[in-house]
Amino acid sequence: MAVTHDLGIWVAGILTLAIFSFLYKDNPFYRFAEHLLVGVSAGYYLVQYFFSAAYKKLWVPVFQEGHHVLLVGGILGLLMFTRLFRRTEWISRYPVAFYIAAWAGYVIPSYIQVRILQQAQDTMFNPRGMPLGEALSALILLIGVSTTLIYFYFSAEHRGPLKTLSKVGITFLMIGFGATFGYNVMGRVSLLIGRFQFLFTDWLGIVH
Amino acid sequence: MLLTTAFMLLSLTTHLPCAVTPALIEVNDTPNDWGNSLTVRWKPPLPPDSIIRYEVWRAHHGVSPVEITTFTDSSSFAEVMTHAGWVRAGMNRANDTLFVDSHLSKDTSYVYRLATYAPKMIILSNQSQPLRPERQYLDRSHTNILIATILFIAAVVTFVERARRGASLFIRRIAGLEAIEEAVGRATEMGRPILYVPGLEAMDEVATVAAIDILGQVAKKAGEYGTRLLVPNRDPIVMAVAQQVVRESFSAVGKPHMFRSQDVFYVTFSQFGFAAAVAGLMMREKPATNFFMGRFYAESLVLAETGNATGAIQIAGTDADAQLPFFISACDYTLIGEELYAGSVYLSRQPLLLGALKAQDYAKAIIIGAAIGVVLLYLVRPEIAEMIRKAFG
Repeated sequence: MAVTHDLGIWVAGILTLAIFSFLYKDNPFYRFAEHLLVGVSAGYYLVQYFFSAAYKKLWVPVFQEGHHVLLVGGILGLLMFTRLFRRTEWISRYPVAFYIAAWAGYVIPSYIQVRILQQAQDTMFNPRGMPLGEALSALILLIGVSTTLIYFYFSAEHRGPLKTLSKVGITFLMIGFGATFGYNVMGRVSLLIGRFQFLFTDWLGIVH
Repeated sequence: MLLTTAFMLLSLTTHLPCAVTPALIEVNDTPNDWGNSLTVRWKPPLPPDSIIRYEVWRAHHGVSPVEITTFTDSSSFAEVMTHAGWVRAGMNRANDTLFVDSHLSKDTSYVYRLATYAPKMIILSNQSQPLRPERQYLDRSHTNILIATILFIAAVVTFVERARRGASLFIRRIAGLEAIEEAVGRATEMGRPILYVPGLEAMDEVATVAAIDILGQVAKKAGEYGTRLLVPNRDPIVMAVAQQVVRESFSAVGKPHMFRSQDVFYVTFSQFGFAAAVAGLMMREKPATNFFMGRFYAESLVLAETGNATGAIQIAGTDADAQLPFFISACDYTLIGEELYAGSVYLSRQPLLLGALKAQDYAKAIIIGAAIGVVLLYLVRPEIAEMIRKAFG
């Protein structure tokens, strides 16, 4: 057993145990680790955003490279601070409205292309001359997509044939979710193993 | 320097192999771009199996001519070309006779030459005619998207108008949303707050917009019952919008005094910092009802499991398919994908939202019909089926 003399690893090890203590119940150690994490991360992201956005993407292009049009974005950003005062609070709705509308206009065409048209195209297949296995796979995909879309059809009550088809659709979804669940749990277990490796190898030196 | 070049050219000409017809190259403006590329096509000067590769060389119009068309040594060749002011724009494999030259300026005319590499020989094509890239304001390759968007908008406008005129537009029952009233009532009876987490993403995510819409309806219910509503946020703009929505909802039900800005608060941008803080909040405040609506990531199970451990009734909704299984297993009700988007319509019945939902439903019906129809059409009229299929791409 070769316990580390690195202060950073000691701090990380103790904080890991403090977070794990939440598995028993909420306690002062967990609360300390939680508040430390929230405080440090909030401070870290504030500084990171200041330099990566306000400085690099506004100050430098506007005042050093002469791209004055970017001042429009800067002013919209500054208007968000009007929320701090009750009488000017309403002004902050304008940058928010601009941001949401501009982004919606920007992404709608790409969403229609990628998430609707291309996916619909990939569902259409030519069964003529297709090997049996491939044809079967394409048919299952077509049935899965169609019945799942029927499940998400809100304009009619799911009764009769629609109920049967939507049940097939939700079955497809649940099979997908089951596979995703298993895959994600494997990922989480591997994260846990990584944390234990840190505790027993890097910190306590029990496992080599 | 001129003397060196002349000497080099002279020495190369002494090694000229037998005469070979240079490649014929054709340069055109690349269609549907922003005026920053040209497309070079050519006919192979030799049979493809005797070609190693191609090199496309570019220069500004008015460059010094390179008279020699056949070389034997690649490094000397590159030196001659570079010295004369040419730049190697790119390389192609032997069977690839098209090259798109990007990152050009629309204010400059360019000329091209093609170097065909064959064993022990480099054949240089004649210089192309000068051409300047042109900017196209309409990308015709995306006409299908334009048509789809126009049709969809027309459908939305039609349904919105119908809803405004009072037409009865049916929406089926969504179990998770039916439970909202019960969940808010439970919190009121227990004298505990409601927790509403509007996801971890910014306002540009559709799921966040839907989550904020549902928050407005939940806040109205909470206001009616006089129940405290806690809304922790990871994104500052989402927080600003959430504050506004909760304030307006409380005002709409005649309880503006119930709004406390410290109840709709910012936590941190850190994903697990946020998860740790919300988990701690659930253990300390013991909300009777938890709502997790919006876009979530790996923290979903941490939140849902902690809420489950506190005994809260939990309603989740997300379009993150990787997180849905965790919500389904740890929450009482889960809105799957589009049910979340439909949620705000279901609760508010606003004509604008109702019209959009109806248009989406019709779009789904068209897609199902088109997909099945095209597959069947392949059996009888494959050429028409292929044409329709391509229109979707």
